[in-house]
Amino acid sequence: MTQNFNEFLQLFQQYDILGAFWVNIELTFWAAVIAVVLGVILIMMRISPISSLRGFAAGYCEFFKNMPLTIIMVFMVLGIFGQLKISFSDTFTINFFWLAVTGLGVYTAAFVCESLRSGINTIPVGQAEASRALGLSFMQSATQIILPQAIRGAVAPLGNTLIALLKNSTVAAAASVATETSSLMSTMIEFHSEHIIGIFLIFAIGYVILIIPIGLLTTFLSNRLAVRR
Amino acid sequence: MKNKDMSTQLLFDEPGPKGKRIIRVMNVIAAILIAAVAIVVLVRLYNPPQGENQLSWQLWKPALDLEAWTDFYLPGLGLTLGAALAGIVGSLIFGLVFGILRLLPNPYIRFIAAIIVEFCRAVPVLIMMVFFWRWFAGMGIQHSSYYAVVLALILYNGSVIAELVRSGVGNLPKGQREASLALGLTRTESLMQVEVPQAIFAMMPATVTQLVVALKDTALGSIILYTDLLQESRRLGSMYFNILQTLAVSAVIYFVICWIASRIAEAMPAWMANRTSGPVEEEVVPPIAVMDATNRNQIKAAKTPRPFGGAEPVYPDHFHGSHAHHENWTHHHYIEQQELEHPHDYPQEIRNEIMKTMHLRVKPRGNNPQSGSGDKKSEKGSGEPQK
Repeated sequence: MTQNFNEFLQLFQQYDILGAFWVNIELTFWAAVIAVVLGVILIMMRISPISSLRGFAAGYCEFFKNMPLTIIMVFMVLGIFGQLKISFSDTFTINFFWLAVTGLGVYTAAFVCESLRSGINTIPVGQAEASRALGLSFMQSATQIILPQAIRGAVAPLGNTLIALLKNSTVAAAASVATETSSLMSTMIEFHSEHIIGIFLIFAIGYVILIIPIGLLTTFLSNRLAVRR
Repeated sequence: MKNKDMSTQLLFDEPGPKGKRIIRVMNVIAAILIAAVAIVVLVRLYNPPQGENQLSWQLWKPALDLEAWTDFYLPGLGLTLGAALAGIVGSLIFGLVFGILRLLPNPYIRFIAAIIVEFCRAVPVLIMMVFFWRWFAGMGIQHSSYYAVVLALILYNGSVIAELVRSGVGNLPKGQREASLALGLTRTESLMQVEVPQAIFAMMPATVTQLVVALKDTALGSIILYTDLLQESRRLGSMYFNILQTLAVSAVIYFVICWIASRIAEAMPAWMANRTSGPVEEEVVPPIAVMDATNRNQIKAAKTPRPFGGAEPVYPDHFHGSHAHHENWTHHHYIEQQELEHPHDYPQEIRNEIMKTMHLRVKPRGNNPQSGSGDKKSEKGSGEPQK
């Protein structure tokens, strides 16, 4: 029993489990940056008076909401890199990492846009009417009246999107990022199948530990930042 | 208020002649920009730096002809839909059972169910899939990847549906529960006969939205070598070196199916509205993971009409969201400023009275609940009128 347990503890020395989680955190971070930038641009297009931009943003969201992330990841590696030869770097690992980040970011941008839209729904119409009555232009009222309130109202859905993004970062396995958690878990189980449940629990609890603080912070901030009306 | 979706018609009035002209010009410019991007992409496809022309019929033909459909796409689609269907049925059952377990009066059952559901929601689906796949394969089960896909889908989507059931019950007007308790039903009877049936109708649109997620997640099966639509199109693509084309075809198939399901979810709230007293929404409100917050309360506050020009905020009736157990409601009301006093600040006799009405155990607070903050309570009680 103790020998068995010692073997299990040795897994931590043998494999870089924390490193694998760090890869997922890095994927999440960079994808979140892309997603937030794209998402804000999309929501601006979505509420603009110009109908073609509105249509484009709506189409973008609809497309990515109804498309499996796995297919996007496979497409990034086999399509964008394999067929079209677009690459970020000559080193394979770095290249796959950034392809995965791009795929995740582009996919999550649609969900960020939806979250911000639900944030906009927390603003009473009076706010927009008042800003128009004061003579503010579209850009002025969007950037100074609507978006600041929308972001404060969208903390909860944005936090949930971030949690989903962290969990989705495991799908980078489909984009050949071999150092992230799900690939490492697969390898570890392959070579140490006697510890299969222990290995699963390491990774599962690792995610629980990562996600709980995000959830707590989201709940705290969404109560804290909400505009009391 | 116009019944249009606020987010699209928020920032501008109906444009006048001059505004219309500006919008037309901007539309043309935007259309040109979008077309320019499309042309750049097409040129890149036509003439990639070291590759062959991706638009040539030689590459598209094997991705589209009859053989591709009969030998690759349709069998793959069948397996995808099979796994999705099994996962969906299983997760509905799992979700209903665990959603109800999380609402039962017994705190131990509730606690265990809560741990299971929160765990399943926090662990990434792919991690579960890989684990089950290796485990089943190790035990020598045939079709281990199929069972792994189905089981992972059941656990994840089932736990989300469990949360939908719970928040569906929490969002019913509190009169429903109070009335059934007043009629002499026990808490469990009230839950099973009055609240859950209404909650099921209220949560149905969100469930369909979640089922789209389940369908999308079947594509993860291709990572553990389940021969679903994505895996089949990869195989076909590696035969003719036209993976871009075969992926495009399977992407279109996935999109069409998910899009139809999303439209159904969108149409559902209108059908369900008169079968329940709770709010019906298509969006999955208690989403994704542990300790979720929602902004539904804020949306409700923004949409609540205000008499006399909005001088006095009228807080929404109530909202329980993911805090859908009775013990949490009162606290949540206070956080959301629907109640002006924290229920724990009520005098002990009134608390006893409330708890007794609700069939709850009375927990004495602190060492000496009577003397500790007695004068503070009486100040508050007299200062603020009861609403």
